[in-house]
Amino acid sequence: MSDVLPNIPPEASDSLAVLEKQRSTAETFGIPLAVLLEITHRCPLQCPYCSNPVELDRSGKELTTEEWKKVLGELAEIGVLQVHFSGGEPTARKDLVELVKHATDVGLYTNLITSAVLLTRERLSELAEAGLCHVQISFQGIEEGLADRVAGYKGGHRKKLEVARWTRELDLPLTVNAVMHRQNLHQLPDIIQMSVDLDADRLEVANVQYYGWALKNRAALMPTVAQLDACTDIVEAARERLKGRLTIDYVVPDYYALRPKKCMGGWGRQFFNISPAGKVLPCHAAESITGLDFLSVRSNHSIAWIWQNSEAFNRYRGTGWMKEPCKSCEFREIDFGGCRCQAFALTGDAANTDPACALSPLHETIFKQAEAEAAGETSRFLYRNFAGGTLESDNGT
Amino acid sequence: MAGPRNISVSETSRPVLPRHAKLKYDETRKVWVILAPERVLAPDEIAVEVLQLCNGERNVGNIADQLAAKYAAPREAILADVVVMLQDLADKGFLTEIREKTP
Repeated sequence: MSDVLPNIPPEASDSLAVLEKQRSTAETFGIPLAVLLEITHRCPLQCPYCSNPVELDRSGKELTTEEWKKVLGELAEIGVLQVHFSGGEPTARKDLVELVKHATDVGLYTNLITSAVLLTRERLSELAEAGLCHVQISFQGIEEGLADRVAGYKGGHRKKLEVARWTRELDLPLTVNAVMHRQNLHQLPDIIQMSVDLDADRLEVANVQYYGWALKNRAALMPTVAQLDACTDIVEAARERLKGRLTIDYVVPDYYALRPKKCMGGWGRQFFNISPAGKVLPCHAAESITGLDFLSVRSNHSIAWIWQNSEAFNRYRGTGWMKEPCKSCEFREIDFGGCRCQAFALTGDAANTDPACALSPLHETIFKQAEAEAAGETSRFLYRNFAGGTLESDNGT
Repeated sequence: MAGPRNISVSETSRPVLPRHAKLKYDETRKVWVILAPERVLAPDEIAVEVLQLCNGERNVGNIADQLAAKYAAPREAILADVVVMLQDLADKGFLTEIREKTP
């Protein structure tokens, strides 16, 4: 009898990878289970590590409500199961409730990835009514002094706490997203406690990944090796202590690693996102790689066609594009040579081995540089905005 | 999490999926899935059958009765398996239960 009811397989450490593991998409590039929709780049916050490209899409280029609805319908039809409404700040779009409602109507599971500062209780309640399934709120620290400074937005932290409470009052599951770096890592134990106090279900401890805005701010953000080791210990102890109470997902920064991360599960293998202007991208930083032509949902191609056939998606798929040391490496199908955007940003060629890998000829240099920056005095941010960034003033604004 | 946390599944529990965990047939991949925050779980056939019976009205004992009758299998063994399966789901935060409201 014991095999009549085998357990539900445990969730994979890679979010959403459970089905992918069962039915490998290695050869066929099946449609991803979840898609990130960056519906706008507008955002009241100015976080110096923003994952949006340095060249932001202005509001005039954004897809219209009808265009997003068509995208949602198409995604559901080709087999996408979840969408993440993200940005920029997705609540900056006046039609968000309408889009969530439409996503629900076509059968998609909806996540909201928000800074929360623009939400009212009424609007959150409308979103819940529209079928929103899950809310993720970013936090920049544990108290308003540091948190508001990092976000470049006064009063933000207090508002986030308020919206997090409304989320739980409305019976929506809550994820706390905490982006960590040298200037806030000391607050990690308190961020974990804050997540418990807010009755969150999940906490994402995401160390900054250094492309785009974050690369420009690397000297102000790079943690020390000692900080990171402590961070890992804190996360592991908390996971044990809070088992069944708070799930903690942990993203380590890869500069200090020996092996690179399997970025996006491999280029074009299990993830794509759609930019505010409708470009279908293999990762949210992909536009930083010049020389690739990313097609838009406004082109005369379907999303499925772009995913399967476009030149940009096929360029770094599989292992055929690799050079040495990736080409003959025994790990080439484990990590696919790391992150293409990072390889491009640091070496000028996206087909090079990601310097996060110890086998990259640049690894040692990058590691030393990170160590030196982490020990340095720079703490001033270049804030993210449409003007190409604004340097933090002496009084922290 | 919608509903009480740390639930302990027993014969008298009346389990139900919380609003953020959705059981759905995936037409593209021809499999049942449970959609949850940042997760897609793939329950097996029997788990799907159990979950379809979890409507917040039936208790775990009723569910075991039904399955025992359907598969002509010993009820106690089925009950034990159902409890283990549901507890596993509950521990991951994807199952809640209906409790008597105190007036």
